[in-house]
Amino acid sequence: MGISVEGAYKKFGDFQALEDVSIEVPDGSLTALLGPSGSGKSTLLRAIAGLETLDKGRVEINGADATSRPPQKREVGFVFQHYAAFKHMTVFDNVAFGLKIRKWTKPQVSERVHDLLRLVQLDGLADRYPSQLSGGQRQRMALARALAVEPQVLLLDEPFGALDAKVRKDLRTWLRRLHDEVHVTTIFVTHDQEEAMDVAEQLVVMNEGRVEQSGAASDLYEHPANEFVMSFVGEVNRLGDHFVRPHDMEVLQHPADRTAEAMVERIVQLGFEIRVEFSLSDGGEIWAQLTRGELDEIELREGQIVYVRPRETKVFSGEPEIPAAA
Amino acid sequence: MTGSSTASRWSLRFLALGYLTILLLAPLVMIFVKTFQDGIGPPIDAITSPDGLAALKLSLITVAVAVPLNTVFGVGCALLLVRHRTRLNWLIDGVINLPFAISPIVIGLSLYLLYGTTGWFGPTLGDAGIKILFSTPGIILACVFVSLPFVVREVVPVLQEIGTEQEQAASTLGASSWQTFWRVTLPAIRWGVAYGVVLTTARVLGEFGAVTIVSGSISGQTQTLPLFVSKEFEQFNLPGAYGASILLAMLALTTLLLMNLLKRKDDA
Repeated sequence: MGISVEGAYKKFGDFQALEDVSIEVPDGSLTALLGPSGSGKSTLLRAIAGLETLDKGRVEINGADATSRPPQKREVGFVFQHYAAFKHMTVFDNVAFGLKIRKWTKPQVSERVHDLLRLVQLDGLADRYPSQLSGGQRQRMALARALAVEPQVLLLDEPFGALDAKVRKDLRTWLRRLHDEVHVTTIFVTHDQEEAMDVAEQLVVMNEGRVEQSGAASDLYEHPANEFVMSFVGEVNRLGDHFVRPHDMEVLQHPADRTAEAMVERIVQLGFEIRVEFSLSDGGEIWAQLTRGELDEIELREGQIVYVRPRETKVFSGEPEIPAAA
Repeated sequence: MTGSSTASRWSLRFLALGYLTILLLAPLVMIFVKTFQDGIGPPIDAITSPDGLAALKLSLITVAVAVPLNTVFGVGCALLLVRHRTRLNWLIDGVINLPFAISPIVIGLSLYLLYGTTGWFGPTLGDAGIKILFSTPGIILACVFVSLPFVVREVVPVLQEIGTEQEQAASTLGASSWQTFWRVTLPAIRWGVAYGVVLTTARVLGEFGAVTIVSGSISGQTQTLPLFVSKEFEQFNLPGAYGASILLAMLALTTLLLMNLLKRKDDA
């Protein structure tokens, strides 16, 4: 049950968008497809919706083969990054669209639409046009429209990508709560690892058309399968062959076992959290994430020579492959 | 600084207005003045003469057939060009512009040759009892030809601008292509279509060159309003020529006003 994709391939011209991609999404779960732009995550989502046809591979929705079914027959709800609101229709008519296509009677449509508008907190705005709504409201309307037809799965393509930071955060929390209420199998695409970990139970990390790793968010953070996952799911420093999270850096005033000499280049105060940037004697650059308490304890200032060592590191075999900061 | 820029702005406005006045407004005003210099009687008499009324009727029939034809074709063609990219699109795109590039009189001549007694289609159609040249079908054909690109050219950029996401959203909500077209695409492009229709109507009403050749300009039978104007002018019946001209201008203006009224109602 849920959604399963097996051995999916898709090429756009010379660009291999998907290469042997297989994922399993448990029934009723909330899963994030995470990856940099061009990693194939949106293509995979669109292939599940039937908006792209795969060159090869198989898509199953709730146990039934959906590979050759058109989008109309897949019973998916799809939410686009730029809302795809029907601009010439009111909020009510937007949400009612799928129901009218299914020939529901007027009273049925009206009841369902108003229920949904309450659910997405847009009751009272039924007669507005999309152009009279804020971005966040438009996206909630798009979500209500997708949910109206009671889809088997809900697919969201960078749903918060076009919104500003504050609205993004609110909608994240709100989507999480909505999922607890509606319990429809949901996949959402994002390039923001914080957003993915905040909202989703399950993560699928994609890169260059392939799945790098999938699993629970905490698993991926604690046990990344490779450098790409480690550096994409959270921040990372590199010390030779070792990879270390900035909050696993220890900063000492005096040399000790396994320490490296480093000069404090910059101290950035980000509220409670302090970001300290060092340059190493071999020319490398690393940074540590400290708390205010830790900083006060060691009394760092810029230009000072200190000694750093990792509390915990990871070594990956195989070709090193580090993406630019995500 | 501000002074000189204000001065240049005013001189620019003056230039633009002056240019428009001399080139466009003066001739139109002149026609109005000339038409009514001997009162309202002579022009009315000319238009309500049997030949005048026949010309008006024929012009309206031509609009009633040619405009819907080109609207349906134009929207379909724009959808093909924008939504279904094929290898032949560049060719279709180019061919659609032909009526813009070719002089109407050449279009008239080519139709004359094709449907004439020695043309490719003429003899066959003639045997079947269908008369194209020197009758209404020929006039409509010529008008369809010359006004073909307007709807396509107006709708293509609008289709490109609205993108495909609304249509994709409709399809995931269960709408068939046909339902998506009627409920999502067409409402989204309606003003592009409307502008195309207005331009097509104006062109069909005013078409002279191509229609002259294929119609034979028989008074009371195959004369459209522009041909009627021309004939009256040649016969020195100036009030008739002016009156019919004014009528033509009014018809075009009415379409334009009608669309603006609809648009205002829609925006409100």
